[in-house]
Amino acid sequence: MGIASGFGFLERTTGWPVSFSLVEVSPRSTYARVLYVGLLNTIFVGLMTLVFATLLGLVLALFRVSNNVLMNLVGTTYVEIFRNVPVILQVFFWYAILTHLPGVKDAYELGGVIFLSSRGLALPSFAYSGMDILILISTALILALLYRFLSKNFGRHISALVPVVIFLLVAICLLYLGKPPDEALISIPELRGLRFKGGLSIKPEFTALLIGLVLFGAAYIGEIIRGGLLSVDKGKLEAASALGLSNLQVNRFVRIPLAFRAMLPSLANQYVWLMKGTTVGIAIGFPDYFAVISTSINQSGQTLELLGLLMVGFLLVNYSIGLLMNLINDRIKLKGRN
Amino acid sequence: MEATFKERFSLLQWMQRRLFASWFDSAATIVLGFLMVWVVWQSLDWAVFRAIWSLEDRDLCTVDAGACWAVIEDRGRLILFGLYPYEEQWRSTLACLIIVLTIVLSCLPVFWSARRLILLWVIGFGLFVILMRGGIAGLSLVTSEKWGGLSLTIFIFSGVFLIGMPLAVLLALGRRSSLPVIAKVTGLFIDFFRSLPLLAILFSAAVVIPLVVPEWLHGNKLMRVVFAFSLFFAAYQAEIIRAGFQSTSQGQEEAAIALGMPYWSVLLDILLPQAFRNTLPSTINQAVITFKETSIVTVIGFFEIMASGNAAIGTGEWGQQFVEVYVFVALVYFVFVFSLSRYGAWLETHMRVGHG
Repeated sequence: MGIASGFGFLERTTGWPVSFSLVEVSPRSTYARVLYVGLLNTIFVGLMTLVFATLLGLVLALFRVSNNVLMNLVGTTYVEIFRNVPVILQVFFWYAILTHLPGVKDAYELGGVIFLSSRGLALPSFAYSGMDILILISTALILALLYRFLSKNFGRHISALVPVVIFLLVAICLLYLGKPPDEALISIPELRGLRFKGGLSIKPEFTALLIGLVLFGAAYIGEIIRGGLLSVDKGKLEAASALGLSNLQVNRFVRIPLAFRAMLPSLANQYVWLMKGTTVGIAIGFPDYFAVISTSINQSGQTLELLGLLMVGFLLVNYSIGLLMNLINDRIKLKGRN
Repeated sequence: MEATFKERFSLLQWMQRRLFASWFDSAATIVLGFLMVWVVWQSLDWAVFRAIWSLEDRDLCTVDAGACWAVIEDRGRLILFGLYPYEEQWRSTLACLIIVLTIVLSCLPVFWSARRLILLWVIGFGLFVILMRGGIAGLSLVTSEKWGGLSLTIFIFSGVFLIGMPLAVLLALGRRSSLPVIAKVTGLFIDFFRSLPLLAILFSAAVVIPLVVPEWLHGNKLMRVVFAFSLFFAAYQAEIIRAGFQSTSQGQEEAAIALGMPYWSVLLDILLPQAFRNTLPSTINQAVITFKETSIVTVIGFFEIMASGNAAIGTGEWGQQFVEVYVFVALVYFVFVFSLSRYGAWLETHMRVGHG
């Protein structure tokens, strides 16, 4: 059939567009590039899901273990509704909702800078290049480590505001120095014909997948966190209140850290599951790693090679999560006894 | 008089403790209370009060009206039965009821023995396939390409359960085998299937296997997908059964072998019953997850209830009624999944199973 086996095809150009990407990609990109884009999309939407689902899950868990009956009721109702309906159905639902919003001309707007329409969400964006963002991320990391090091080793109490202010200064400097002279500092989306020009536009495929996964994942994560919270010895909580800690402080300094230790293994499993769950994105046309591989198989016919890459990609992502969770587990587990 | 006063007093106390314990609690109660009333009212208003129920009033289904349930009257059969021939849809209904009955029966402790359960499921599944496929006893032949809707969802679910369960037992046994080679290989196999997304596995089975294996091994696409799904299920279930094996004390096995019982009898009469009983809640949880994940086969071109729901709104005619259709499909899933998971929770608290 004229299809050579091996990985030579990775150098060829694909000839088809990818609808969502964090880095530059075009129909003239190579297969290797497009696969990289897909993997990046999977990791990006997966990590966003984990962060938001964990936050929402924590809120739900606190609702469900609270003394307040109404909070229990809301938490329980949420969990039962979102956990008992397949995630793919939820993603379809949110996608349908988002694509049935008014068209670009009648978009919902907020202060003339944020627009929500059937084409997605348009936000104002800062004129940062990819390099700038990399510098910003490393600045944030260095500042965080430095702050921790200084306050731990020298016992000096420094306000947490100091590193934040430094970070903002760096960000503003970069914005002024790094931009091309003819570009605006902040790009605001503007209606031009049938689409928005400028700013940051987020496709409904991405938003729908993210909302669906977050709402579904939060129900499961909420239950895991609830289990962890309930596993904390009541005596410790009572001791903390007896010492004069307020309810919020008991939760923050005693209950959550102790619960975290108990729930980490199930949490790791759920994270891996959610990472794998991003593959439902293909149903609504979000180009995640699996979707990109599947299109590549159709277009290039290099079935076995691409399947191999698919497995390697997911093994890599899932093992990294497992490794990271194990590292955290080692840090926080009970010391001394083994 | 005194009693009512006491009751009222305790009610007040209860409210103080459970609703207004602190200023934060009171604020939360008030905000959530208003929010809940609003959400419930809006939903009722949409789904019941302003809803359009019959197909004759479908012209009233404008944007301002509430739910347009007429779409379910018009497309309900498509959603529930897919492309199954219209006159034969009673067979599909009956087949689904048989499987539901099988599930209900296997939840009763009377049937909790290996032989009865296997017999029950083989009969139930056999009847299901005979009814759905036909071709004998005067029933016209309906090939599996025409199966769809709820019955296809149920077929995939029960097929996966039926094939996956024995496979899971085999894998769990392999993993605790005393031969290191077998233990390592099954371990690798299980880890491999657990680390891949289900969709990728089903996709490989549906699309890729025909390209790489000889023709006579292809089978039909549905069978390949059910089999691949079973492998995935078995990999997860094997770990659950393995935990069950570990929860029975080693002494029991050694004692039985010392008494001269043959290995299969040790397995069937001592190890497996305890392993299953001890892990029943996790097994039911796995069944719940499996039922929900059958919806994924939509992506690789099967017409189960998720896909037929999408098809019902795929035409321009009912394109605006997507919320109603998705709510309907979600309700169907919810009924199955919620009752199964409630049963699991009930078992855990009332039957003292799952605690070793």
